[in-house]
Amino acid sequence: MNAPMSPPKKLRVATTSLAGCFGCHMSFLDIDERILKLLELIEFDRSPLTDIKHCGPCDLGIIEGGLCNAENVHVLREFRRNCKIILALGACAINGGLPAQRNHLDLRDVLEEVYQTEHLLGRGGIPNDPELPLPLNKVHPIHEVVKVDYFLPGCPPSADAIWKLLTDLLAGRTPTLGHGLLHYD
Amino acid sequence: MSDTDMIDAVLDRHHHDGTRLMQILRETQEQLGWLSPATLTHIAKAIAWPRAQVEGTADFYSFFHTRPLGRYRVLWSDNITDRMLGNTDLLEAMCKKLWLEPGRVSEDGLVSVDVTSCTGMCDQGPAVLVNCRAITRMTPARVGEMVGLIRSETPLAEWPAEWFAVDDNIRRKDILLAHDLVPGQALAAALERGAEKMLAEIKAARLRGRGGAGFATGLKWEACRSAAGHGAGAAHYVVCNADEGEPGTFKDRVLLTSYAGLVFEGMSIAGLVVGAKKGLLYLRGEYRYLLEPLESALAVRRDAKLLGKNILGTDFEFDIEIHLGAGAYICGEESALIESLEGKPGRPRIRPPFPVTHGYLDQPTTVNNVETLAASCLIAAHGSDWYAQHGTEKSTGSKILSVSGDCERPGIYEYPYGVAVRQVLEDCGASDCQAVQISGPSGMCAAEAEFDRKIAFEDIPTAGAFMVFDETRDMFEVARNFAHFFAHESCGFCTPCRVGTTLVRNLMDKIARNHGSPYDIDELFKLHRLMQGASHCGLGNTACNPIFDTLNKFRPAYEHRLMSLDYEPAFDLDAALSQARQMTGRDDAAAHLKNGAEA
Amino acid sequence: MNNTFQLDGEEIPFTPGQTIMQAATAHGSYIPHLCWHPDFSVHGSCKLCTVKVNGRFGSSCTMEAQPGMEVENRTAELDDKRRTLLQMLFVEGNHFCPSCEKSGDCKLQATAYELKMMSPHFDMFYPDRPVDASHPDILLDFNRCIMCGLCVAASREADGKNIFAMGGRGLLGRRVHVSSESGKLADTDFAATDRAASICPVGVILSKRRGFVVPIGRRTYDLAPISAQVTEKAP
Repeated sequence: MNAPMSPPKKLRVATTSLAGCFGCHMSFLDIDERILKLLELIEFDRSPLTDIKHCGPCDLGIIEGGLCNAENVHVLREFRRNCKIILALGACAINGGLPAQRNHLDLRDVLEEVYQTEHLLGRGGIPNDPELPLPLNKVHPIHEVVKVDYFLPGCPPSADAIWKLLTDLLAGRTPTLGHGLLHYD
Repeated sequence: MSDTDMIDAVLDRHHHDGTRLMQILRETQEQLGWLSPATLTHIAKAIAWPRAQVEGTADFYSFFHTRPLGRYRVLWSDNITDRMLGNTDLLEAMCKKLWLEPGRVSEDGLVSVDVTSCTGMCDQGPAVLVNCRAITRMTPARVGEMVGLIRSETPLAEWPAEWFAVDDNIRRKDILLAHDLVPGQALAAALERGAEKMLAEIKAARLRGRGGAGFATGLKWEACRSAAGHGAGAAHYVVCNADEGEPGTFKDRVLLTSYAGLVFEGMSIAGLVVGAKKGLLYLRGEYRYLLEPLESALAVRRDAKLLGKNILGTDFEFDIEIHLGAGAYICGEESALIESLEGKPGRPRIRPPFPVTHGYLDQPTTVNNVETLAASCLIAAHGSDWYAQHGTEKSTGSKILSVSGDCERPGIYEYPYGVAVRQVLEDCGASDCQAVQISGPSGMCAAEAEFDRKIAFEDIPTAGAFMVFDETRDMFEVARNFAHFFAHESCGFCTPCRVGTTLVRNLMDKIARNHGSPYDIDELFKLHRLMQGASHCGLGNTACNPIFDTLNKFRPAYEHRLMSLDYEPAFDLDAALSQARQMTGRDDAAAHLKNGAEA
Repeated sequence: MNNTFQLDGEEIPFTPGQTIMQAATAHGSYIPHLCWHPDFSVHGSCKLCTVKVNGRFGSSCTMEAQPGMEVENRTAELDDKRRTLLQMLFVEGNHFCPSCEKSGDCKLQATAYELKMMSPHFDMFYPDRPVDASHPDILLDFNRCIMCGLCVAASREADGKNIFAMGGRGLLGRRVHVSSESGKLADTDFAATDRAASICPVGVILSKRRGFVVPIGRRTYDLAPISAQVTEKAP
């Protein structure tokens, strides 16, 4: 006689893209039909896939992109407060990536060049609407602001690498990536 | 004389010899103020070296300037002892009066003000170097006067002479400082004995190196003596290491000021033993003011037949040349020192081979500390039995300590080896002592519980620095000062030291800004473990010692600064929005980020 | 005793005078390294090849092999240290692999893959370093320099030219000098055919108009990990 097994509690996962290009999210979706298997194990909280606006208590938070403005910092902190585990996904979250290539320039020079020297872009000068998040002096990878538990590099990481890392994590294994799965480009 | 003629005169004086590049660059700069790209090209051609290599030497040393730094270049010694005497406020006051930011040159090209590593004036600080000339005992009044003299472009030669006075401050003499030898006495005794017996005497006296490591001098001389010279330039060399760069150490300065004859005589004895005809004294750039007096002392000895050919009527030939360094702590490491003597950046060599077989110009070379060489005279004159009566079984003879910091009588103290730390503290008038940094930042930090330990190779070995900190001092700030020192002085050759010293400095600064967390303490320990094993030389291997010691012995000094969180960013998030705020004129709530615990 | 030593328990033969690194390489055994190259004199700066010999740390590129030595190489302890050294190299420069032509053929990157470096760990320095595009055939991008000195050695020892020299001091000062008053490569007699033009283990010295000619998937370290490509005829 078999007692009805209650389905195992699904792990809650939140994802976001900060100063990134959503490429890592696209690569995530490239796991294709394996997402059905994944959905047997997880359910999504805040994510571009659900359109939930704020993060609730989660088991895993996946962060794409680094920090280039104040809003990025708020979102990252929300994730860190609510997620037991934070995963930095992709080059930008890990070392700032492409957005960080502005770091050898002074932000004031960048704003001036874009909004004042190039008069067509600027129109009314440097935008100062309070709705707009202010850019940080420098772009930072996320581990410089919160503690990060796992990192998956790549620009983007391949779907196979994301799949391997997630299945390892969900199975309670320390994630390992063999040759071909670990890439920085 | 045109600039080119002037440089050519310097080059002629040095026979267009690239191994003399350090002296060529220094003398050129003393005349022209800085080393322009054209100057470097000219010198490179004249000595037939690749230009990049000349530039590589020029921009390795702190006191060579490959960009103009003003007609008056003021460098404040920034050892912790200068800090304790208030150098920070004085520097700030000077910059304010000159309308100048530290490290920048005034717009009229007149003056720059910056900091430099310890200049060896710890017992009479705060100290500065102006155009590489040492000035002691800075006060607010002197700052004011100095600013006036700079503004009026008064030549240094017309500045008040008493500013340049450097005192010996000898407080306690023992067998070395109280010696009664007359010039030539020790050398005559050595010549009488002959090289082999003199070597045996040094070994029997169990003389050990005074630079800190304590290697047996007899073994070093023997290894050098028995090594064969190589090729056409086959020769043996004696090098006196007077690159006294360890912060808090100034005993060699005093030996070279008032006991130079003894040092030269010790070099000559070493020359006799190892079979060298030439000795080189590598004098740290901070002691530039000693060059002329030392040259005169050499001339006197030549006249007295104590140097040159047929010394004291024998067929022994030996002479000494002085090379000046240019502000690089790493050159205290013997193989880096040799690189510098050869005109190159002071990068420690891969060892083996050791200098005793492949040293200066690839020839057998013994590199010895100033004090070691001076001590060898006592052994030559009085014999090993007499010498070994002093000190302890494993540490014979005496040790000169450079005492500075929180005490009534800073200065030079010579003791027989085996003296207790507590005794030194009593003698120098240190009350309420919290800690002593012995042998400088790379040495050890002794806390109260260790004050009965002894100064000796078998207990606390030391190169001589003895910096005293009373109960009011913050030992975290002491360690942070040393972390900055090592980051500044790392030669940059090997990865662990080049990057590690800067990571350590940044972590210490982060903790100082109250951004630290227990995570950062773990990081410091991790870097210590890595750098200690993996670094290329002693600098990287010991760079974390002051952090490790203070973390173990004065943990609360760190902990009260930590945020009660697991992790904190190193930078101020709100300040990271400052440029955008300025450019947009915004100051609303969303234009700010809360830091740390408030977030 | 035989002229052999133990490397992680494996017997490695050597000829007297060989370093641990030379003997291991001749035998096809991988010891991580960046600044060592079989054709040039030893530099010994990267410290990636740090091994433990009879309980003491040392650089295997400088330490002579001795009969009966027991050398630890790929232990967790040593690989941890090496990973930290790699992280130091990644944060001190600007290493943005996605936009680097050397990606896939880069020894720094391949070594970091081998040692499973998942992040730079430390705070990034983002230094401001120069790029020199003056030479008609060669690009110099010092953002990626790891101070290995191989270009200096190759130019001196193979090309007889001394185009480069290491200079400066410390983290901020350390740099490669180009031997011309302008500091520009175009003002030297450097040629694209020089050995130094192809020696850089990272993406500092690059031939112009050759970027991305090998498709992703077929580049050197796409094919096999660096530890599986040990050869004395290194590129």
